[in-house]
Amino acid sequence: MSVEMAPAATAPEIPLVEVRELRQWFPVGGGLLRKHDMLRAVDDVSFTIAKGEVLGLVGESGSGKSTLGRAILRMTQPTGGQILFDGRDLTKLGRRALRPLRPRMQFIFQDPFASLNPRMTVRQIVGAPLVIQRPELNAAARDARIAEVLGTVGLSMQYAGRYPHEFSGGQRQRIGIARALILEPGFLVADEPVSALDVSIQAQIVNLLIEVRRKLGVAMLFISHDLAVVGHLCDRVAVMYLGRIVEIAPTRALFRQPRHPYTEALFSAVPVPDPTIRRDRIILRGDVPSPLKPPSGCAFRGRCRYALPECAAAIPLLRQVEGGHWKRCIRDDLVLGRPGKRGAVEEM
Amino acid sequence: MSTGDIVLEVENLSVTFATESGPLQAVRDVSFTLRAGETLALVGESGSGKSVTSLAIMRLTPPAPLVTLAGSVLFTGADGERRDLLALDLDGMRAVRGNEISMIFQEPMTSLNPVHRIGDQIAEAITFHERVSNRVALARAAELLDKVGIPDARRRLSAYPHHLSGGMRQRVMIAMALACNPRVLIADEPTTALDVTVQAQILELMKELQQATGMAVIFVTHNLGVVAEVADRVMVMYAGAIVEKGGVVPVMTRPLMPYTQGLLHSVPRLDPESLGRDTLEAIPGSVPDPLSLPPGCSFAPRCRHVRPACEAAVPALEAADDGHDVRCRRWRKLAEAGA
Repeated sequence: MSVEMAPAATAPEIPLVEVRELRQWFPVGGGLLRKHDMLRAVDDVSFTIAKGEVLGLVGESGSGKSTLGRAILRMTQPTGGQILFDGRDLTKLGRRALRPLRPRMQFIFQDPFASLNPRMTVRQIVGAPLVIQRPELNAAARDARIAEVLGTVGLSMQYAGRYPHEFSGGQRQRIGIARALILEPGFLVADEPVSALDVSIQAQIVNLLIEVRRKLGVAMLFISHDLAVVGHLCDRVAVMYLGRIVEIAPTRALFRQPRHPYTEALFSAVPVPDPTIRRDRIILRGDVPSPLKPPSGCAFRGRCRYALPECAAAIPLLRQVEGGHWKRCIRDDLVLGRPGKRGAVEEM
Repeated sequence: MSTGDIVLEVENLSVTFATESGPLQAVRDVSFTLRAGETLALVGESGSGKSVTSLAIMRLTPPAPLVTLAGSVLFTGADGERRDLLALDLDGMRAVRGNEISMIFQEPMTSLNPVHRIGDQIAEAITFHERVSNRVALARAAELLDKVGIPDARRRLSAYPHHLSGGMRQRVMIAMALACNPRVLIADEPTTALDVTVQAQILELMKELQQATGMAVIFVTHNLGVVAEVADRVMVMYAGAIVEKGGVVPVMTRPLMPYTQGLLHSVPRLDPESLGRDTLEAIPGSVPDPLSLPPGCSFAPRCRHVRPACEAAVPALEAADDGHDVRCRRWRKLAEAGA
């Protein structure tokens, strides 16, 4: 097991969330007499999130980013490691002990169609957390709070009696965000909150989230596969590959100078909506390897165009290369391409 | 690139669904041409009618009276004969579909049969249209798998879809679509369900295959980055109608329709210069209900340049420049003002 320092935010204050060597493994297969395999969905992940900070988490499907988001909010029982929330280790707490902490951390789901109960009105959906956590409030006080939070997300109270099917995808996502905000949490995990939405609506919701953090100062773990959205919204970005963080840095630093070959390839693969730029893009060979049988050493080496024989020897450590910029790659001699600037501009 | 012969002429295509709340016109009066070797991107958000347009060309919409098709889809086959696909009977259409015009879909898992080996599925597409033995068809299937970059193709013939990753499945779908050397390939969001690095692989592959075969491609997508990457020409749809149409460079660098402009502005950019905590330029509101479209321009309720005249009558699709059409009453004024 590698011993690593947790990459810390630049601010010296105690972080709101501190994740230390978190592991979320799942047993797969096996039976009465056969031993099961371990799927290492999240392995040795460490990072911090300061109060009011937004950390982006990017990676492709199967990288473990959603599993990580769910584990942090203790929707699952982590296999190992620690999750310190405001100094308390969530992995040590049972369901009952977690309950008073729940209002302070909330989840925003990807699918605005599946995450709202179709038989409940907006008032019931958004008010449900209040009914559970603040039973002392009477109906009038609850309604006042519902009206306030609906206002925050740009919906009026006149919609409170309607059902989810009466709303468009963007409006449903606003309802989901209102439900997450009603208990005034200090920390949100948002798992692909804009991926299911059309471009013009996606921009509305990204803007809403920017406004929410500005007004309420809520910290966020923003999970997304869309680098451009993450770049727009987040203070720092962590890149995951096969269950591990391979690079973590302040957003500007990461976009200006990615340090891990996977980050470079990821940036290079994003199509840019400008037909006058023809880029010499990096096409990765093959697929993400199976997390059941990860390759020895660096998990990315099979697809990496800079791989050396040494890369197979051991899992590279997450090392700090610059202030707050960490990478899990043994090569320091690479000058990697930055997004949007690769290649010559061609006259068409 | 658009120097080839015309293979497809869609004229005044309309698609109407019969619903409990009355007729719903999903596609309204769509006309365009497609030439051999070119890629036409069909762009729009959900409900814009882009998928229904491509399904109607393939005659894959539910039969009348559930769905009524109007207009014509003139297809010029390999034999040089021009036929209206909307007038063909089922057998006639079956001979064209999968043979001269093929289609690939967004979700390769649901488009492949999970209980048949992929080799047999590709071979079936060949034996359906050509009189060849099963053995010959399987040999061709192996060649096709090799062509779409599936390693160890001969052995993969006996794999089932669940043995393959999403990217590999989409390669199988492409192999199947290309089995009979189609003149037109309709790709409906073929990379939307894939990761970006896999998407890059598939787009590269499609480009190579198109150059090798000279087929025409209709690429349906909502992703403007992908459009910039693959398209020669672009057609932007909104609420069932074409609102802008033209070469990819003029449409994406000098868009004339406020909707196209808004769409391009609402996409966050990647380069470090344009990063920031600034808000994105979102388009307010949402797509109108297709059952109660506004009387005038269907984008008027969300348009920041709207004038009362816009709401009076549906504007016509006007030629603004050579091969660049726009459906906006005010495009001249807005272009002059540099909007």
